[in-house]
Amino acid sequence: MDLAYSKEDEAFRKTVRTWLKANVPKKDKTLSDLPPNDPRRIQRAKDWQRRLYEAGYVALGWPKAYGGQGDSDIMRQTIVNEELVLARAPGLIGASGLTMLGPTLLQVGSEEQKQRYLPKVLTAEEIWCQGYSEPGSGSDLASLRTRAELVGDEFIVNGQKVWTSGAQFSDWMFCLVRTDPDAPKHRGISYILIDMKTPGITVRPLVQMTGDAGFNEVFFEDVRVPRENLVGELNQGWLVANATLFHERNMLGSTTRTQLMMQNLIRLARSHSRYGQPAAEDPIIRQQLADLTTGVEAMKYHSFRQLTDATKGRKPGIGAMVNKLVGTELNHDICALALEIMNSYAPLNRRASHVIDNGIWPYEFMFTLGLIIGGGTSQIQKNIISERGLGMPKAR
Amino acid sequence: MDFGLSEEQDLLQHSAREFLTQECSPQFVRALLDDEHGFSPELHRKMAELGWTGLLVPEKFGGLGLGLLDMALLLEEMGRAVVPGPFLFSSALATFALMRGGNSAQKKTWLPRLASGNAIGTLAFLEASDRLDAAGITLKARKKRDGYMLSGTKMFVPFAAVADILVVAVRTSGKSEKGVSLVLVERDAPGLTIRPLDMFDRTRRVYEVRFKQVPISGFLGKVGKGWKLLAQLQDLACVALSADSLGGAQQALDMAVEYTKVREQFNRPIASFQALKHMAAEMVSEIEPARPLVWYAAYAFDTRAKDASRAASIAKARLSVVYTRTTNKAVQMHGGIGFTWEHDMHFWFKRAKWNEFAFGAAAYHRERVARFDGY
Repeated sequence: MDLAYSKEDEAFRKTVRTWLKANVPKKDKTLSDLPPNDPRRIQRAKDWQRRLYEAGYVALGWPKAYGGQGDSDIMRQTIVNEELVLARAPGLIGASGLTMLGPTLLQVGSEEQKQRYLPKVLTAEEIWCQGYSEPGSGSDLASLRTRAELVGDEFIVNGQKVWTSGAQFSDWMFCLVRTDPDAPKHRGISYILIDMKTPGITVRPLVQMTGDAGFNEVFFEDVRVPRENLVGELNQGWLVANATLFHERNMLGSTTRTQLMMQNLIRLARSHSRYGQPAAEDPIIRQQLADLTTGVEAMKYHSFRQLTDATKGRKPGIGAMVNKLVGTELNHDICALALEIMNSYAPLNRRASHVIDNGIWPYEFMFTLGLIIGGGTSQIQKNIISERGLGMPKAR
Repeated sequence: MDFGLSEEQDLLQHSAREFLTQECSPQFVRALLDDEHGFSPELHRKMAELGWTGLLVPEKFGGLGLGLLDMALLLEEMGRAVVPGPFLFSSALATFALMRGGNSAQKKTWLPRLASGNAIGTLAFLEASDRLDAAGITLKARKKRDGYMLSGTKMFVPFAAVADILVVAVRTSGKSEKGVSLVLVERDAPGLTIRPLDMFDRTRRVYEVRFKQVPISGFLGKVGKGWKLLAQLQDLACVALSADSLGGAQQALDMAVEYTKVREQFNRPIASFQALKHMAAEMVSEIEPARPLVWYAAYAFDTRAKDASRAASIAKARLSVVYTRTTNKAVQMHGGIGFTWEHDMHFWFKRAKWNEFAFGAAAYHRERVARFDGY
């Protein structure tokens, strides 16, 4: 065990940090007052990803042949993730292409598909959204019913997707569709790529409890998709999606974000007075703050451990299965305590006078609850841990 | 950056698990519950032969010269097997006190004996006040013609009945940290009497130790300057107990999961019920992230990192809660059988409770974390 970084890694970190300091876009008041999906904001987000890509800091691990850096060093990838968070850089607009579609195509895509799609994922020239969930298929994703009938050289797609983040401004969707309605549910699904400009697609924003419209409903009416847009084999879409669905993402970036949130929470507790004294002097609040600190520290070293395992080529064990469950609940708990500290000030919206920290806490309090549900609810995570991790039998 | 165990450490942990599965089965533990001293000299001798009692002791005194991280791996396995006996208090606490505080004569006298398992040590720290701070140390050491003499009472001294040497925290002057001293007292010194304090965790034994004009065999470090080492011993104890708790929690989880797979109700294994699966998953989600907390706290102690005390408190705060919560759920997953004396689960359940309170419960350590973090 040695927590010191190598000289090379330290030097790399310094280079990244210096670059980010000079290049992370400054907050632009005129832009941040626009709705989140305003074309000017989208363009700015694309420009940012492109700049980061050109500096060599996007998807380092992807092969050079498809525009990547061909740098398989997990430590360097992690350093970039971590520095992005520390520099408070905006998230990448092409994230689902980078983290979901990209790894899938690299693993099972055809050569033509890799050449055609991957470079533009990196440069943010094409933005991708994920078409998985449906109104009737949430936790039981494999029951999905959006139908894709193969007629000649085309799929004819009919149905509906929901919770589709970024569909309003996405160019493409990677989508799970039912291609064999008679097969057992896991064996009649295909993974196809749909051009969002195809006639027959309707995108309807879905306003979430925060008031933002980050999600959408997407409707398909006789949407024609070329057969060559099939990824992997016909009716093997469940396996294709799963090849990367449980791809354990390097979590160091997200634990760094949690650490920043925790620091902000302590700052809030020290500065905000409640019932006549700074919240941080209230013994109960102190206990709660320190308890969350132990949780944050645990996830930090938990991620260090997984990072070490990854650099040594060891398979992630049962420990990695708890990341989503523990991480999302922890973030939400941090926000919940912030609201408790703010008390009467907690419900104030962003534009209200006397609002604290620009209303970020109540917003995050709600947003993090969404993250507990999205991508596999906490209850589904517990099923995964107990069934795959502990070998406890499925119900029924 | 390498936050993982070395091959040697993996090996140490695995061989410890194998050894303890053989030599310290639940039946063996059960037999020791009724032992007068809760101690098996034979097991202690075997552990000494493996070098465990001398794990921390420098090689020139007959030990292996390893660190607290290695010790933590061993203690994790001992927690898993709920090993009864003074190992943690002798081979970690008393031994470290001598390594850091002893002069060369004291080291020469005691370290080889502790390392070889021929002597057992313990730490006499708490008093009736149950305070962990310097003000809690009131046992008086007074200078007399023949040297210093002790008068007063220590409480909750682990395994005093089988110890050869006691590291005793005493007051040589004042009321604050200044004036606290650490002294060595031989167990058979005149005027020293012990009385067992019967408690529900029978894998651990604690005693009231009374001193009536008891001569000391020497100071560990300078007179009146013992607090710093005593504070370090508290950190060490926190890490050591956390490691024990980690192993115990893992074992309780494993036993509970195993039981639910074979126990059938409503014509199916109860492990197929989500209520129980989710309980088990919650146990995993507490134990897994707690493991690297113990590793880091041990590593920080070994490398004398600036945040070593904070890391020890974080580990102790977390593991105190995780172990008790895990054993509580493990008992429930067993249903009625888990509540019986006949079933072994209560060994872990009770040890979790002892570990929770020893050297500061979760709330005490959270308050320490708050202060370390500047609020």
